[in-house]
Amino acid sequence: MVYSKRFDGRKFDELREIEAKVGVIKSADGSAMFRMGKTIAIAAVRGPRNLHPRFMQNPEKGILRCNYDLMSFSVTERKRPGPSRRSQEVSLVTEKALLPALNLDEFPNAVVDVFIQITQADAGTRCAGINAASLALADAGIIMSDLVCAVALGILHGDKVIVDINKEEEDYKDGMADTPIAIMPHSGKITLLQMDGEASKEEIKQALEKAKEACKKIREVQVKALKEKYGGMKNEV
Amino acid sequence: MGELKVKDKDIVVPGELLADGMDYLPSTGTYRDENCILSFQVGLIQIDGRVIKVIPLTGKYNPRRNDTIIGEVVNITMNGWVIDIGGPYSAMLMLKEASSSFIERGADLSQFYDYGDIIVAQVINVTKTKLIDLSMRGPDLRKLKGGRIIDVTSSKVPRIIGRQGSMIHMIKDSAKCRIVVGQNGKVWISGDNVQDENKAAEAIMMIENAPQVEGLTEKVKNFLEGK
Repeated sequence: MVYSKRFDGRKFDELREIEAKVGVIKSADGSAMFRMGKTIAIAAVRGPRNLHPRFMQNPEKGILRCNYDLMSFSVTERKRPGPSRRSQEVSLVTEKALLPALNLDEFPNAVVDVFIQITQADAGTRCAGINAASLALADAGIIMSDLVCAVALGILHGDKVIVDINKEEEDYKDGMADTPIAIMPHSGKITLLQMDGEASKEEIKQALEKAKEACKKIREVQVKALKEKYGGMKNEV
Repeated sequence: MGELKVKDKDIVVPGELLADGMDYLPSTGTYRDENCILSFQVGLIQIDGRVIKVIPLTGKYNPRRNDTIIGEVVNITMNGWVIDIGGPYSAMLMLKEASSSFIERGADLSQFYDYGDIIVAQVINVTKTKLIDLSMRGPDLRKLKGGRIIDVTSSKVPRIIGRQGSMIHMIKDSAKCRIVVGQNGKVWISGDNVQDENKAAEAIMMIENAPQVEGLTEKVKNFLEGK
């Protein structure tokens, strides 16, 4: 079977409907919600704050700690709560995707904690998580050189790349390389690139180009969400 | 050719392009990447001649020397007090800086400042590793009794004080409250009754929620008089 049309009728480089909201958790120092189609991620940032255990402290600059998890009702079969091998891996790659954008030199011995929860999962959860976390970090007033935008691509055999895959496409039988990519849009630096499957060099090159375009669209939504919260201050009262 | 991409008082987000070319200079909250100037934080643009600055709208307090702050005593040690000043780091009030009078060796330090006491102090030193020293020796540096404390964003403190203290004087006079504003974003309010205190607190939260609105002083004035 040739993959000529997507399950939900989108174009090959079309993103799902995106929605972002900043400041959803009042008690946190920064927070955000990010939705891509049916995937919803919420992120909360706490800190910079005092870091314990002390052996983790770095006297030269602050550290970033990410915690990603799926909520037990977010997937079709109940997900057993608590850390798993998968959530630990995603926490680690999220941390490494966000860190290049941050500047924590002003906060030696301190920590910035990022908590990401997926309330509804429909593929691309780590990307939605990174998008939400980058908004939450900006909301917390952390010094960062750029926002981080992420999108999951599917590489099909025969030079076809589909942008922002959903669960149906992720489970596509004839094989597809699930490729989450995170980019800092201004510099074009890639901070996350994973691939589950097989793809040729040309296909990956094509995927990176598509990801850059998609991330620009995601950034627009992120910027709008931030300006909505802070710009709103201008017109209140 | 230098080109400015934003206007004064615009709201910017991290990574937003502020200016092209080498004609403009990056100041606090901004950085230069080859030919462009970009923003580091969510904040308000301030353009002063060729210098571009971003005033942050959120974020924790970053202590600086000579700041007057409001803190809470969280611990008493052999040679001073540990003070929570609301940021990621606690500050130290050393014995010799605690009072203008002599404190005897081995004296009970809780008689001067006890756990939970609120003090107005001045930052006298901040090291690179963020060890913060405070002093209580100076005019208006004292222990605060009664009243209440509200938290605001530390970067908005200049707006709460206003030009030459115009805003805070207006709130003090109109709400008949005694108010102390710490640079760390803690505001102490004490009045004769709850209504006065509420009024002052509401006026301050108005500034916190809309710091860059046009004619803010006028709006706060109307609020204070209308109630």
